[in-house]
Amino acid sequence: MLQVQGVHTFYGRIEALRGVDIDVKEGEIVALIGANGAGKSTLLMTICGSPRAAEGRVVFDGQDITRRPTHEIMRSGIAHAPEGRRIFPRMTVLENLQMGALAAKPEHFNEDMERVFGLFPILKSRQGQRGGTLSGGEQQMLAIARALMSRPRLLLLDEPSLGLAPMIVKHIFQIIRDINRATRATIFLVEQNAFHALKLAHRGYVMVNGKITMAGTGQELLANREVRAAYLEGGH
Amino acid sequence: MAYFLQQMINGLTVGSMFGLIAIGYTMVYGIIGMVNFAHGDIFMVGGFIAIIAFMVLGLLGITWVPLALLCILILGMAFTALHGWVVERVAYRPLRGSNRLAPLISAIGMSIFLQNYVQLLQGARNKALPPIISGGIEVMDMGGFAVKLGYMQIVIVGLTIVLMIGFTLLISRTSLGRQQRACEQDMKMAWLLGVDVDRTIALTFVMGAGLAAVAGLVWLMYYGVIDFFVGYLAGIKAFTAAVLGGIGSLPGAMLGGILIGLIDTLWAGYFSNEYHDVATFAVLVLVLIFRPTGLLGKPEIEKV
Ligand SMILES: Nc1ncnc2c1ncn2[C@@H]1O[C@H](COP(=O)(O)OP(=O)(O)OP(=O)(O)O)[C@@H](O)[C@H]1O
Ligand SMILES: [Mg+2]
Repeated sequence: MLQVQGVHTFYGRIEALRGVDIDVKEGEIVALIGANGAGKSTLLMTICGSPRAAEGRVVFDGQDITRRPTHEIMRSGIAHAPEGRRIFPRMTVLENLQMGALAAKPEHFNEDMERVFGLFPILKSRQGQRGGTLSGGEQQMLAIARALMSRPRLLLLDEPSLGLAPMIVKHIFQIIRDINRATRATIFLVEQNAFHALKLAHRGYVMVNGKITMAGTGQELLANREVRAAYLEGGH
Repeated sequence: MAYFLQQMINGLTVGSMFGLIAIGYTMVYGIIGMVNFAHGDIFMVGGFIAIIAFMVLGLLGITWVPLALLCILILGMAFTALHGWVVERVAYRPLRGSNRLAPLISAIGMSIFLQNYVQLLQGARNKALPPIISGGIEVMDMGGFAVKLGYMQIVIVGLTIVLMIGFTLLISRTSLGRQQRACEQDMKMAWLLGVDVDRTIALTFVMGAGLAAVAGLVWLMYYGVIDFFVGYLAGIKAFTAAVLGGIGSLPGAMLGGILIGLIDTLWAGYFSNEYHDVATFAVLVLVLIFRPTGLLGKPEIEKV
């Protein structure tokens, strides 16, 4: 469903991605783990066309989207809950969700809203509250809910568990699994929380300094000694 | 007292026009964080388009006033909006992402261009329009001073109120308005949700120009004359109004416009006709010193 082929991305002169290859198949949950500054967020953003890949190709559903404008990519079935949540601070929860639904058909709105309120009941009681005044955890839930409102076939999640209490982290990962089962949405997520992410994911990739250094099923990576040493020891 | 009331009515009328122009400044600033220095000239272009439209309708024999005004309003908004769109395309879009000074300079260039373009096509002299809506009602008579409320003044204030309500609803309730606010608050995220940011910015210029067109039309009908330089001072005052109200805030632009209109008129009415422009700017300086976010501007207290 999503192929990233030999992608290089630059910030000015800094080369953040140095030839990345990723293959995500329909219906999968794929996790990307790596140290701070490895280039994980950059990869997700490059898939969305911002920044643009300087070299290589991004193929979604068999179509080359490398050079398409970001807003068109985001209307073709990809949704992204990016790093830092980026909730619109002076819009209400409801308006944030409406923004998320921009790429979906308007007649789906009520149904989809009920669905995300089912996943995150707290949001339902906060509908009229401004995004900027939500707690960090609530913002994180809103960010995921907003991404779901477009009915994405491919959902990109950048550190969905960041800053959440352990109980909530479990809940979020459960929800990601449910979304994947219920909507058949393909999920590509970046996580610091390598243990949870690899347990959840069908497959995983490890990124070091802008390159993929390892790939395998979630189980394989969890069992791998290098992965354990670098990303799991003392972790969970 | 009667004199004061009369000045208030006049000030409110002028203030409505400043408010209509100020919205264009405040919206563009809100969305791209830059002042559109060509906006005053867009207002001037709106006035000239109105005068041309009056002539054309006269030739066509459409003289029933309400119909003629409606036609001119629509035509004027459309053609002026086109100019606003061109300003964005020529002076702002190509420079998006470059340093902040570049679009500023190209906008000033655009402003000079618009003045010269109108001067070339329409001449440097005043254009006059015979009064179309004249007369008024006498509100009261106090001690020999009659307070008058002109029909034109009623039209101006009424039209402004209608447009303000419509516009506020557009921004707060419609999908387009939400997209504009989203761009204002986090342009990159708006983009990631499928908002066509370029189009949204262009529409913001277009909407601001549409309101400036209305201001140009009523200005022309109220004062009866217009020249290619009228956008300069009116533009600066409307900009002052936007800053006074809190740049980026819609109600602020309206409030600022009315206050500037009142200050301008009262100063001219009570002190001297010579220095009323200075009074406006003195107010601007004071606001910037004591309340830089303006009266209704939002101080940035937000959770990160
Ligand atoms: N806008 C930018 N301008 C310049 N350099 C950037 C920019 N964004 C990221 N970088 C650099 O690119 C590299 C990769 O950053 P990226 O955000 O993709 O890392 P990451 O793997 O997501 O890290 P983290 O786990 O800390 O979120 C880093 O060295 C970072 O400093
Ligand atoms: Mg990151």
